[in-house]
Amino acid sequence: MAEPPVTAQNAGGAFASLRRRIDPAIAWAFGCIVLVLLIGSLYSTSFLSPEYLLQQLKVASFLGVIATGMMIVILLGQIDLSVPWVVAVGGMMATAAAGWGPLGEILAIPFGIGCGIALGLLSGVGVAFLRIPSMVVTLAVNAVAQGLMVVHTGGFSPQDASSPAMRFIATGQSIFGIPNALVVWTAVGVAAVFLLTRTTFGRTVYAIGNRERAAYLSGARTRLVVMAAFALAGGLSAFGGVLLAGYASKAAQAMGDPYLLPAIAAVVLGGTSILGGRGSYVGTVAGVILITLLQSILSVMQMEEFGRHVIYGVVIIAMLLIYGRGRKHSE
Amino acid sequence: MTGDGSYWLREHKGTLLAFGAFVAMFTIYAANHPAGLNANVATTAANKGVLLAIVAIAQTLVVVTSGIDLSVGMVMVLANCLASTIVVGTPAMTALGVVGVLLVGALCGAINGIIVIFGRLQPIVTTIATGAVYYGAALALRRVPGGDVNATLADALTGQLPGGVPASLVLLLALVLVVWLPFRRSVIGRAAYALGSSEVAAYMSGVPIRRAKFVAYTLSGLLASVAGLFLTCITYSGEASAANGSTYTLYSIAAVVLGGVSLFGGSGSAIGAIFGALMFRTIGDLLFVFNVEPLWQPLFQGMVLLAAICLGSLRLLRIRNRLDLYG
Repeated sequence: MAEPPVTAQNAGGAFASLRRRIDPAIAWAFGCIVLVLLIGSLYSTSFLSPEYLLQQLKVASFLGVIATGMMIVILLGQIDLSVPWVVAVGGMMATAAAGWGPLGEILAIPFGIGCGIALGLLSGVGVAFLRIPSMVVTLAVNAVAQGLMVVHTGGFSPQDASSPAMRFIATGQSIFGIPNALVVWTAVGVAAVFLLTRTTFGRTVYAIGNRERAAYLSGARTRLVVMAAFALAGGLSAFGGVLLAGYASKAAQAMGDPYLLPAIAAVVLGGTSILGGRGSYVGTVAGVILITLLQSILSVMQMEEFGRHVIYGVVIIAMLLIYGRGRKHSE
Repeated sequence: MTGDGSYWLREHKGTLLAFGAFVAMFTIYAANHPAGLNANVATTAANKGVLLAIVAIAQTLVVVTSGIDLSVGMVMVLANCLASTIVVGTPAMTALGVVGVLLVGALCGAINGIIVIFGRLQPIVTTIATGAVYYGAALALRRVPGGDVNATLADALTGQLPGGVPASLVLLLALVLVVWLPFRRSVIGRAAYALGSSEVAAYMSGVPIRRAKFVAYTLSGLLASVAGLFLTCITYSGEASAANGSTYTLYSIAAVVLGGVSLFGGSGSAIGAIFGALMFRTIGDLLFVFNVEPLWQPLFQGMVLLAAICLGSLRLLRIRNRLDLYG
């Protein structure tokens, strides 16, 4: 999007530059969050209570961690369809490790995340070195992960109860009653913002998303960055799975299924271009909160399940029609 | 085909490869099947394969325009639920019901097309969202699995013709002759391929891109509803299963890729995608024939899929200039 020419450098300049710096997509996303909350509060005043909001932020944390990985991949101009089973791998391998005795219990969380990173690396190699479209590679890796987990549960009957540490980071509370899951998401978010805006890796991710060829010709190590980004996304998906397993106190095979589409939707609603190269983490945060609130309010209103799906889809389309449209051919 | 033989070969390489791989796999399967290749074995295999093949054609139509339709599975599920409700009763009512199911499918596809064309949203996010809406509609029709379908129609579509030929293969052939070939040979079809190769170039050349996209998405929805109708004939009931929908969507992408259709658009054909789908189904059947423990089957299926798509990267060996990698 072409920046409007700077005309006023004086008194009005500060305000204008502030307005220029705010992405309209993010403003819309936050506006919609307020709108959803207002509609909810008309229904019941408890929607504005701190307890409800904190509870929603806690639930949003799981999607938030997964969406962080998805966002990095989408910024590259790629997509990660392996989320469902990588999430399941994260949760199931962590709980399995917790069943191996005291040492396993300590290593449960890193082990779960490590398995996710390994699967992400597999996708990354396929995309970066074999040049297979990410949509296909991640689809195949998803199938492989599913196969591995079927063999794992059927053949070895592993422990599926999560360890105390996993339950602590997912359901515990720290000072001021702030849920630990929210603290975890905040930490992941801060790390992601640092990585994306202050490091060579992050800059290269944006550059590749804009034009991979140009990034390569500028001397960026594009293949390593793409591979690392997919590994990171795999690790974050698996971490989401670890948190979910802690939240539900057990891991299950289909636990990741409801997270693929909301993760993509959250990233896109937050103003990140699905074509890559453009988007900010604040937007993703807004998208995650918006999706979570929307789902929560529709279920609190006792909307029947079919209505929830319809409204969910219509809202995504409507919001994108407001601010996520592509350019005309004549532009 | 008269023109340049080598050009024809290059254009259809993916299709021919998929055809060859499928024939090889199916021969191994038939040769090792404990009951041998009798008409019943062939019919069961054909019914499963044709169902995925129809969804794969639907996906191909959108993929050649360099789009992607993540709602095909959900349209299929919606059509399944609708068909289990209205494709019943007297022959006249059944016929009306079939028309109704196909119209709803075409409408779903048209909605996708309109949002992509006039809303200028990316196909991937558009179809994710519309897929949720279609699934909601399916759930509204069938909160619990059930329903029925006209048994005569179901038996006719899933049974055998005299001579033991599976009727589903005739249905597939009919779809190719009535939907795919006319599309491929029309101006609209050429426009779809052109805009898949380069939308800007197609626009500048005055190609009717909007019409081409609209027709591609609408036909895709129509074919997805044919698949839903066929699914109803196989199961004799309707079920609003989200798992079914997303599985078929993902399998359709796998089939399209195995069939040599480029996900970047502009090349490949539905014939290739059909063989890709049949091949994908045969992989599963092969594991069954070779007595692979059921527990290991999903893993092997995943590995075979991963290996098959990695084969596509062999083209990298022919690239002389590294810059060609970064289009």
